[in-house]
Amino acid sequence: MAGLELLSDQGYRVDGRRAGELRKIQARMGVFAQADGSAYIEQGNTKALAVVYGPHEIRGSRARALPDRALVNCQYSSATFSTGERKRRPHGDRKSCEMGLQLRQTFEAAILTQLHPRSQIDIYVQVLQADGGTYAACVNAATLAVLDAGVPMRDFVCACSAGFVDSTALADLSHVEEAAGGPQLALALLPASGQIALLEMDARLHEDHLESVLEAAARAARDVHTLLDRVVRQHVREASVLLGD
Amino acid sequence: MKETPLSNCERRFLLRAIEEKKRLDGRQTYDYRNIKISFGTDYGCCIVELGKTRVLGQVSCELVSPKLNRATEGILFFNLELSQMAAPAFEPGRQSDLLVKLNRLLERCLRNSKCIDTESLCVVAGEKVWQIRVDLHLLNHDGNIIDAASIAAIVALCHFRRPDVSVQGDEVTLYTPEERDPVPLSIHHMPICVSFAFFQQGTYLLVDPNEREERVMDGLLVIAMNKHREICTIQSSGGIMLLKDQVLRCSKIAGVKVLEITELIQKALENDRKVRKEGGKYGFAESIASQRITAFKMEKAPIDTSDVEEKAEEIIAEAEPPLEVVSNPVLWTPGTAQIGEGVENSWGDLEDSEKEEEDEDGTDEAIILDSIKMDT
Repeated sequence: MAGLELLSDQGYRVDGRRAGELRKIQARMGVFAQADGSAYIEQGNTKALAVVYGPHEIRGSRARALPDRALVNCQYSSATFSTGERKRRPHGDRKSCEMGLQLRQTFEAAILTQLHPRSQIDIYVQVLQADGGTYAACVNAATLAVLDAGVPMRDFVCACSAGFVDSTALADLSHVEEAAGGPQLALALLPASGQIALLEMDARLHEDHLESVLEAAARAARDVHTLLDRVVRQHVREASVLLGD
Repeated sequence: MKETPLSNCERRFLLRAIEEKKRLDGRQTYDYRNIKISFGTDYGCCIVELGKTRVLGQVSCELVSPKLNRATEGILFFNLELSQMAAPAFEPGRQSDLLVKLNRLLERCLRNSKCIDTESLCVVAGEKVWQIRVDLHLLNHDGNIIDAASIAAIVALCHFRRPDVSVQGDEVTLYTPEERDPVPLSIHHMPICVSFAFFQQGTYLLVDPNEREERVMDGLLVIAMNKHREICTIQSSGGIMLLKDQVLRCSKIAGVKVLEITELIQKALENDRKVRKEGGKYGFAESIASQRITAFKMEKAPIDTSDVEEKAEEIIAEAEPPLEVVSNPVLWTPGTAQIGEGVENSWGDLEDSEKEEEDEDGTDEAIILDSIKMDT
């Protein structure tokens, strides 16, 4: 759409947000009874579901077992109805494989795998509606699911996407902003130490602006952390009320 | 074949060396290996050698109908293959993780950064567009596949010429290279990947890791930039945790490296263009250095040659006279001489005792040949 302003003169984006504002995040833990851990998150219109099984014995070839650590196995699938045009392959194509690898990399860094040698932790993420920031939503959902499963982690893993338009860094991009073709950055952060678990960027961004975009993404990830922390505490409170403590 | 595991000694040695800021091949922390670019006879074919890592890139094009949601843009397709000759560990079924990672990184680096003007690849909107296919084959794996592959891809794209097309109303005419000179692709900028390997939880970093260093590294950060200092792609992989200022420092280093590499590429393209224009020889065969021993030195050993004449006379005096005295050979034509009158053919009569005599004759002939050489 020619003439679509991603950032108006007054500083409002297409959906009325300010440059550094996140979309509304709603999350629930313990969505499925069958799985060890599960979580559902909605970031604006992006909806993702994450399920964790484990730690359990290695399925398939025993040869893959690591003697000192647990194996983290991540699979990403996006539903055929998740995008505007119907997707033909929900999983198994290159992009899904790449997402799975990236999720695995993120969580291998965050989960304390040394505590469960020779076992396997499965993380399955399903995207129900993709409206931008799918990687971030997947990571946030998976963090909640891993916490729900009781698998020990170093810290929350909070992720957010960021972009750059008209010399301003935007946080939490929606699909319209991503499709416009500007630079997009996806950042997964451990908020307490500020360490970056995964950093991924596409499209051209001048080196001088890299710092401001990184800073915007880090700030947004910390905001996500506050929200997720609240969700976890609420869930624990509810669970303890049910237990009668 | 399973990869040979790295022994603990070697791993410890490499890590200790890196802690002391030493690399096994003598490079500095931010040094690249030697980059050599050679072109084939066809347009769009090149081999890039980064140290010993070798990647072959080939670009081809085809007229196809465009994608439905992008009717006026051409199609770019990238494919990197890890050939089985590159490393024993690369088997047809086994490579998927690494392959997916490399392919996606290349796609993002080259396609999402819009280095090629896809609108210029449109011939008839909605019906016919050019599909440009870049095939990269890894021929030898000595570390840092992604850098070599990105250089090969962009060099092949810059070198490629597509056939000229003209559209008159509804008619589309495709000219062969003989009718009209092929046209180069319109390339906006050249993104080049620079890899940083991190060791000891991010304390030490190296640019352009070779295969051994890749085995012991904790994680890898790939930054793709062009010479205008625009970052095209950043990808962190492996289990390392980075800090923001590490990323910023790496981007500055990458900027410097990319400038150097871009200059090298321009020079190589310019050389090739000159050679083709002047009608000189080009192609892979020309760029491979012919086998020659460039240096074989021996120390000059001092030998006392003052009494050589006396010694020679002694030897000649004590030596036995030659067994047979032969007349001078008769020269029929250049290269053909006759010695003596010819011996009767005794093939088929050979027995052990006669065989010994044959051998003796053989040595005599050797002496005779030597004497002929001295005469002529």
